[in-house]
Amino acid sequence: MTTLKLRALKAAFPHTIPIMAGFLFLGMTYGIYMSSLGFSFVYPLGMALIIYAGSMEFVTANLLIGAFNPLQAFLMTLMINARHLFYGLAMLEKYNIPGLKRLYLIFGMSDETFSVNCSAEPPAEVDGSWFMFFVTLLNQSYWVLGAALGGLFGMLLKFNTQGLDFVMTAMFVVIFLENWLKEKNHTSALAGLGISVVCLALFGAEGFIIPAMGGILLALTLLRPRLEKGGEAA
Amino acid sequence: MNVTQRIMTIAVVALGTMLTRFLPFLVFPAGKTTPRYVQYIGRVLPGAVFSLLVVYCLKNVSLLAAPHGLPEAIAIAVVAALHLWKRQMLLSIAGGTVCYMLLVQLVW
Repeated sequence: MTTLKLRALKAAFPHTIPIMAGFLFLGMTYGIYMSSLGFSFVYPLGMALIIYAGSMEFVTANLLIGAFNPLQAFLMTLMINARHLFYGLAMLEKYNIPGLKRLYLIFGMSDETFSVNCSAEPPAEVDGSWFMFFVTLLNQSYWVLGAALGGLFGMLLKFNTQGLDFVMTAMFVVIFLENWLKEKNHTSALAGLGISVVCLALFGAEGFIIPAMGGILLALTLLRPRLEKGGEAA
Repeated sequence: MNVTQRIMTIAVVALGTMLTRFLPFLVFPAGKTTPRYVQYIGRVLPGAVFSLLVVYCLKNVSLLAAPHGLPEAIAIAVVAALHLWKRQMLLSIAGGTVCYMLLVQLVW
């Protein structure tokens, strides 16, 4: 490795240490979860490599044990990952760099990687694009390693995993709470909750997702005059 | 699902994820401003989607049959309490999951 890259790697690593702890833990949990559903470690490993979107990988694990429905899988992916669109919008200028690095930076922009690359300022003697590249690469490596280890661990160690699937619920409850504590106006969260519950009651567990997504987009569009007048909504 | 359908599902999810990450760079070359409606949806959508995801996780819980969603309700209360107390994401997730596992394995 050239000194340019080595210097960027050295500068990037400390910024990723907190993410290493989180990704190894959640990645392992994800791998164990997939193995508890009966999947070989190749699944969490492969999904961590090519999907690389944590919460969506948990949801995908669930989709894989249900009926084959690629349209629903695609629409769920778009809704759950819609936030990436806005990370992208925020990084248009910063990721405007030449070469193949740019493709990987965009591919690997998870929530955590976005937050580091958006806010961290590498020292002046470090190349910014290589710095962001290594932040992205290190973070994905932690996730892939955790998922693979968890998958293997789950296959080798036979312990009673009944109830482990709650890890996904717990994760989304925490994300929901974090968002709730940050936002000034809860209209969107409450509308999402109400519409989802009503659609679940009307359409049942297997068919409520797509109507709920449609309802949410419609409600947010109709509420726009109110929510925009009130200033910051989220 | 057979293996081919599984691979197709994973491919569709990967494609959808990449679409959400690459689209802004394709549609809005650096320096151009984004439509107000897109900015608005981006600001308000996450809150509603997180609610949808919580409901999605609980979609198979039956309130009518025993144990009437009690293990889920208790474990979610533990997650929320831990999170409001310490605000440590991993602690809240691990604590709530262990609590749920103990409840469904030992109590119900």
